[in-house]
Amino acid sequence: MTLNPMHQFEVYRLGPEIIFGTVNLSFTNSSLFMLISTLAILAMLYLGTKKKLLVPSKIQLVTEMSYTFVAKMINDTAGSSAKPFFPFIFTIFMFVLFCNMVGMLPYSFTVTSHIIVTFALAVFIFIGITIIGFIKHGIKYLELFVPKGVPLVLLPLIVIIEIISYLSRPISLSVRLFANMMAGHTMLKVFGGFVISLGLLGGWLPLGFSIALIGLEILVAFLQAYVFAILTCIYLNDALNLHH
Amino acid sequence: MELEAAKMIGAGLAAIALAGAGVGIGIIFGNYLSAAMRNPSAAQKQFPNLLLGFALAEATGLFGLVIALIILFAF
Repeated sequence: MTLNPMHQFEVYRLGPEIIFGTVNLSFTNSSLFMLISTLAILAMLYLGTKKKLLVPSKIQLVTEMSYTFVAKMINDTAGSSAKPFFPFIFTIFMFVLFCNMVGMLPYSFTVTSHIIVTFALAVFIFIGITIIGFIKHGIKYLELFVPKGVPLVLLPLIVIIEIISYLSRPISLSVRLFANMMAGHTMLKVFGGFVISLGLLGGWLPLGFSIALIGLEILVAFLQAYVFAILTCIYLNDALNLHH
Repeated sequence: MELEAAKMIGAGLAAIALAGAGVGIGIIFGNYLSAAMRNPSAAQKQFPNLLLGFALAEATGLFGLVIALIILFAF
C-alpha cells in the first residue's frame, strides 16, 4: 500500500507507445480523464437540450443554469460586446469545472493538477486575447500599457510594470488553478494517510476532518473554475473595451 | 550546511507565505461581513466579488507552496 501523497499525480501510459519524432503522444491516464470530462459535458448538454420542456427536468435545469450563469458572468464583467465570445468562455469554464469535479471522485485523476495542462490553457487564452485586441484596436492596443493620468516622470516605470504584469498573466492564471488543485488533493491524501496510520482507535478524528475537507475541496473546485473563467472575461474586457 | 538540510529549511521558510494569505482572506471576509451588516440589500450583489477576492488572496499563499515544491524537487 502506498502512502505517498504525491503518488496520485503520477502520469502513466495506457495502451501502446506512440512517438512522433521527439514528441511522445501516448495515451495516458491524463488523456483518459480529459476524455471522460469532455464526454460528461457533451452528455449533460445533449440530454439537457434533447427534450425542451416548459417545466424543465433536473438535467435540463442544470444545463440552463450553467448557460445563464456564464452568460451573466460575461455580461457583468466584459459587457455586451463580449457576447460573441460566449462559446469560448463557456467551453473553458465547463472544461475546467468538469476536470476539477471528476478529480474529486475517489481513485480518479485530476487533470488540472498538472501545471502543463493549465499552462497550455492559459497561454492559448493569453495569445488569443492579445490577437483579438490587436485586431480590434490595431496598434492603438499598446495604449493598454499607458494608463491615463500618470505624471510624465513616472511614465517609463509604469509602462515597464504594466508590460511585466501583462506578460505574467498566463503564469498567474495557470499557477493559481494548478496550485489550488494540487495542494487540495495532497492535503486530502495526507489526512487519508492519518486515518490509516492511526487505525481503528484514533482514526475517526482525521476521518471526520477529511470528510469536511472534501466539502471544502468541492467548493474550491467550483470556485477555481469560476475564477479561471472570470479572469478570462476580465482580460477579454481589457482587449475589447480599451480604457473605459 | 548540507544541501539537503538547506533545501528543507528553504521549503519550510516558503510556508511563511501562508501568513500573508491568511491576513488577506481575513480582511476580505471581515470587510464583506461588516459591509453586509451595514447594508444587507447590497450584500448579495457583491458576493461574486467576494469569491473572486477570496480565490485571488488564497492563490498568493499557494504560490509559496509552488516555491517550496520547486526548492524541494527541481534543484
